[in-house]
Amino acid sequence: MPSVGLFIPCYVDQLYPQVGLATLRILRRLGFNVEFPPEQTCCGQPMANSGCDAAARPLAERFLAIFGKYDHVVAPSGSCVSMVRNHYDHWLHGKPRFEHLRDNTFELCEYLTGVVKVTKIDGDFPFKVGLQMSCHGLRELRLARSSEQMTAPYNKVRQLLSQLRGIEIVDLLRPDECCGFGGAFAVDEEAVSCLMGRDRIEDHARAGAEVIVGYDMSCLMHLDGLIRRAERAQRVMHVAEILEKAQLA
Amino acid sequence: MTGHAEKAAAFAANESRTHWHDESLWFVRVKRDRQAASIPEWEALREAASAIKTHTLSRLADYLEEFERNATANGIHVHWARDAAEHNAIVHQILASHNVTRLVKSKSMLTEECHLNPYLEARGIEVTDTDLGERIVQLRKEPPSHIVLPAIHLKKEDIGELFHIELGTEKGASDPKYLTEAARGHLRSKFMEAQAGLTGVNFAVAETGGVVVCTNEGNADMGTSLPPLHIACMGMEKLIPRAEDLAVFLRLLARSGTGQPVTTYTSHFNGPLPGGEMHVVIVDNGRSRILGQPTFRSSLGCIRCGACMNTCPVYRRSGGYSYGYIVPGPIGSILAPQRDPEKYASLPFASSLCGSCTDVCPVKIDLHQQLLAFRKKLVDLKVVPLQKRLGMAGLGFVLSRPWLYRMSGSLLRAVMPVLPRGLVYGAWNRWGVQRELPAMPKESFRDLIGKELS
Ligand code: SF4
Repeated sequence: MPSVGLFIPCYVDQLYPQVGLATLRILRRLGFNVEFPPEQTCCGQPMANSGCDAAARPLAERFLAIFGKYDHVVAPSGSCVSMVRNHYDHWLHGKPRFEHLRDNTFELCEYLTGVVKVTKIDGDFPFKVGLQMSCHGLRELRLARSSEQMTAPYNKVRQLLSQLRGIEIVDLLRPDECCGFGGAFAVDEEAVSCLMGRDRIEDHARAGAEVIVGYDMSCLMHLDGLIRRAERAQRVMHVAEILEKAQLA
Repeated sequence: MTGHAEKAAAFAANESRTHWHDESLWFVRVKRDRQAASIPEWEALREAASAIKTHTLSRLADYLEEFERNATANGIHVHWARDAAEHNAIVHQILASHNVTRLVKSKSMLTEECHLNPYLEARGIEVTDTDLGERIVQLRKEPPSHIVLPAIHLKKEDIGELFHIELGTEKGASDPKYLTEAARGHLRSKFMEAQAGLTGVNFAVAETGGVVVCTNEGNADMGTSLPPLHIACMGMEKLIPRAEDLAVFLRLLARSGTGQPVTTYTSHFNGPLPGGEMHVVIVDNGRSRILGQPTFRSSLGCIRCGACMNTCPVYRRSGGYSYGYIVPGPIGSILAPQRDPEKYASLPFASSLCGSCTDVCPVKIDLHQQLLAFRKKLVDLKVVPLQKRLGMAGLGFVLSRPWLYRMSGSLLRAVMPVLPRGLVYGAWNRWGVQRELPAMPKESFRDLIGKELS
């Protein structure tokens, strides 16, 4: 069994501990020896996405020092994994273990489908679900074919969830439009960000989704904030919270 | 100085109109999807287009000279303009030497970039934009709000009112067919009176020395076949090596931009009319500076299809004018700060970096990566607000120290729930204007993991 370093992004650690626990439980139940190195904090994405490389770079270096030793690194976030895989190169190029780290850091769904190759999922989730295909996981990790691409369709999140009994994954009018979170964008461009979010929620609602499910808690936090302010009935859930209740084999 | 966010907020404040704008453009995106899906080799075409552009840009000087040689042999006068001022002076000089006082123009983003119209008008030349959308915004004394759909921000009622005032159509008329007919009649007389026609250029072919112009209204043909003098203005990046390369680009352009299989007219100009004159003005205006920057070089491959605007969730909800630059949307947000980093500093941040533009772009420009790269450049140039730079440096400081990160997190989670709501959702809290903050859990994941593992 490969050693797995569990990477729990800072905001998940602080604000959504249940998502971290769910991820840990899924991996341990699959028999992995999972370690959570406690010195970890953040991948540096907030700073890097604001163009502040000087502030982000030390975090990338720390990340390599902390996680470089594991066979695999797994995180319940598409966005943070994309940071490691696609945006560390210009700082860490040529450093020992960097290429290994870059190529072996996985978002949970791609890990389960592509590396663990889970084929059987036994569980119930009798709800209408709308998938929020967060952008970095979608277009930088290619967790699914994006609606712009004219290639054969696939969707790793749907592949996992669709096996659950009773689940109905609804069809959205805009299958992968951005929710408008975008990190600092959410406050820098507050007006457009919130309008984008409300439009997403409306699309999910129109399709009858009771639960909006995604793999990035940051986007879901934004949608949830809008939902609760408007006192709407929908809920948001991280895909790990759903899979945690099922048997994976 | 107001940046994109303020102008976007003003646009989005009218929510029903913003939704109308968003839906109009999304409709074009859906048409694009349908057309792209009808071509089995779509992704291969994009790949080919990208490769041709990369190659051409890698030896642009050679291709420009080849073009000049072949165009000259075809009897075309070729002019070189270093910047907008030179471009305008050249065009004016050509017109003045032919005593032209009435010019018809088909769509050209380059002449918008160079502010040619006011330059010529100040020198006594009447300029009529003959593309319907362009004519509409010209009559409104506005710039285009989109590079392919210049009047996309206007409803048919707005146009009815404009035409009532400007062209004497019936008051309250909003039937697109009636309004288009009125505009046609009006433009026809302009075509008849014109002494010269000016067009943009979609593609200049080095091998043939000819230029290709794509329109839906045939106005480029009208404007160049009636008057004997044709001036074509092009950015120096419009070059492609061979005529057969058109087979790649023409299949991509209209499908990507408007969701049509091809533009209604694809006009090839390979020389002057019998007895007429044809001039091509090749403009740099900052392009060679972009060529010298590997990270941003591929932005010169843009074929101005407009697809990145149509797909951009921010553009659709903020409108073309929120960018304050002649080319809006994702591509404009990279090109504008090349021109003036300080003035356009907010544009690379006017994106959630969703990457839809990158996936839709027919020449595979990595638009969202360039937006990100430009943020870094702007931080290095210190034109990003100090507050933001300090905030990010502070955040980086905390996050590099596990004990400080832990303490800050615990403090936040302990304090937020006990603060009065009025304080938590005070004016400082931009997040909370329309959104609730997440519920603060008592314990973090790292507080809980010990229990979990024991
Ligand atoms: S950047 Fe790409 S998508 Fe945008 S206008 Fe240019 S060619 Fe079209």
